[in-house]
Amino acid sequence: MTISAPEATTTKLENTGQLGYKKHTDGGWGLVPIQTRSERFASTNVEDFPAVTGREAVWKLTPIDRVADLIDGPLDGGVYDIDATLVEGVDVRWVDRTDTRIGSAGTPEERASANAWTQFEKALAITVSGEEAKTVRVRRSDLGSGARAAHVILEAKPFSTGLVILANTGSSLLTENVEILVGEGANLTVVTVQQWDDDAVHLASHFTTVGRDARVKHVVVTLGGSVVRVNPSTHLNAQGGEVEALGLYFADAGQHLEQQVYVDHDAPHTRSRVTYKGALQGAGARTVWVGDVLIRQSATGTDSYEQNRNLVLTDGTRADSIPNLEIETGDIAGAGHASATGRFDDEQLFYLQARGIPEEEARRLVVRGFLTEIVQQIGDPELEERLEIAIEEELNGTSLSTDGR
Amino acid sequence: MAVLEIRDLHVSVQTEQGSKPILRGVDLTIKKGETHAIMGPNGSGKSTLAYTIAGHPKYTVDSGSITLDGQDVLAMTVDERARAGLFLAMQYPVEIPGVTVTNFLRTAKTAIDGEAPPIRHWIKDVKSSMKNLRMDSTFAERNVNEGFSGGEKKRHEVLQMELLKPTFAVLDETDSGLDVDALKIVSEGVNRAKENTNLGVLLITHYTRILRYIKPDFVHVFVDGRIAEQGGPELADRLEDEGYDRFLVGEATA
Repeated sequence: MTISAPEATTTKLENTGQLGYKKHTDGGWGLVPIQTRSERFASTNVEDFPAVTGREAVWKLTPIDRVADLIDGPLDGGVYDIDATLVEGVDVRWVDRTDTRIGSAGTPEERASANAWTQFEKALAITVSGEEAKTVRVRRSDLGSGARAAHVILEAKPFSTGLVILANTGSSLLTENVEILVGEGANLTVVTVQQWDDDAVHLASHFTTVGRDARVKHVVVTLGGSVVRVNPSTHLNAQGGEVEALGLYFADAGQHLEQQVYVDHDAPHTRSRVTYKGALQGAGARTVWVGDVLIRQSATGTDSYEQNRNLVLTDGTRADSIPNLEIETGDIAGAGHASATGRFDDEQLFYLQARGIPEEEARRLVVRGFLTEIVQQIGDPELEERLEIAIEEELNGTSLSTDGR
Repeated sequence: MAVLEIRDLHVSVQTEQGSKPILRGVDLTIKKGETHAIMGPNGSGKSTLAYTIAGHPKYTVDSGSITLDGQDVLAMTVDERARAGLFLAMQYPVEIPGVTVTNFLRTAKTAIDGEAPPIRHWIKDVKSSMKNLRMDSTFAERNVNEGFSGGEKKRHEVLQMELLKPTFAVLDETDSGLDVDALKIVSEGVNRAKENTNLGVLLITHYTRILRYIKPDFVHVFVDGRIAEQGGPELADRLEDEGYDRFLVGEATA
């Protein structure tokens, strides 16, 4: 199946009254320039991309004025302070641009990502080997407020097992690329946690390739920062590969938290599950989730499901949720998508209150329950507990009962 | 002796066509330990009475009073009413994703009692109540009402009633949609609560069949927002034979 570009809505369509005659207008958004997700332009050189207008598919929901320095400006691509736990079977070091792994997982599809790629000087390489389960924590807490480029290589050797936690705190003005190479039969979990300061701006592209019969769990947790956009794409290019992409975000007043998730099924019997959940509270809290799943002709027997759920806690917030599914073969095991954005359900509140639970506590119980589903799947008790506390603090930030209804 | 008193209660609901009166002067007195059955045809206001007692925001009380041992129930919030000893077993309990039954029950019990229940004692209570209601132990780890069958939802309502130990319970069509086995299990639960805590029950039902298992002391027939007739258990038998036609015909010719 091929998908042709929808017609521009400026073209007058004759209305004959016949059902199904009119072409789909894509909600009147105007000209939609992208055809199929796999045909997006990609380059590692920033100069190959035209100036960003804000109308591009990848930028149209992002506040580009707040990230302008990262799209165009000069960036500091040098090394920065990291704090990494020493774990047997995990090697953490800085490598040169000549490292052969660089560029093997993906290529930038937008200008800020290419800008980082063009200007980074050293890449942080985290290499996991050995079949025993292990956890490594890599923390960045002192990136400063100057515009910065970064590049991270995260490699799981064949048949290795590991959990890698990338923890981000403090201030930052950062654009970066993270390449995740999951070797044959490996079992890797990557958790990136953004708990930046209120003024931080962070754009990240994650590129993952998954080897034969390998499994990767990729978790994006974003709680803090002014504008944070993490776009993880996963290329399932070997038979039997599997990705579980999970996300959790909590946007407060003025925060823009975005994720564009892409899963490219490009080999037989690959499996993907995408589950992102978010909460929004406070004036101007904004979240964006775009979920693209492409099932290519080569990907027979694919099993895929993506979903996004948003819980709106107060007035004045906006959640965009856009699931896209492209299927080029009829021979699949399953493919589905779901999206729901809802307010607190008054009936849920009534039910809990009717059991004696005060309103404020009832609301907390529901939000906590809603988000905990993702936290519980991380697999690291220490981080899970820390995130539960962080969510609790987010909930304490605003009085939930004064939502103006 | 605890008493729940409803006096000349008028209740309306907001619709697109404006305010629509549903209850038109209800008088009812329930003492602790008594079981009152409220019966009536669809749309007569039975469920409105249940939700008004619990304090659902959809319903507006235009006049009249509800008191619990002299305290003004209508002045209380929904959760205050529950803590004062009122319980509503709902006809359509809602799903609460991400909140497990265990967590929910403990949170509710803590809220009602004002302190966390002693943990060992509590776990024992939950387990034995679940066993009595033939609920599998895996039930406790499921999310509240999520994916529950109709029968499981009703059993879960009765489980809460048994554990939270209210003074008065309103059962809103708890019998509807239950097969005979589930009906018996649910009825046993209600009878246990009556026996153990001398619970006062307001049993709202469209059908007489649950009254075979839960014996009412009083039967009230609801028609068009008021009590049209009341009496003892024998009134239920008569309704079983005659149905509600006699009340509806009377109304049509009135």
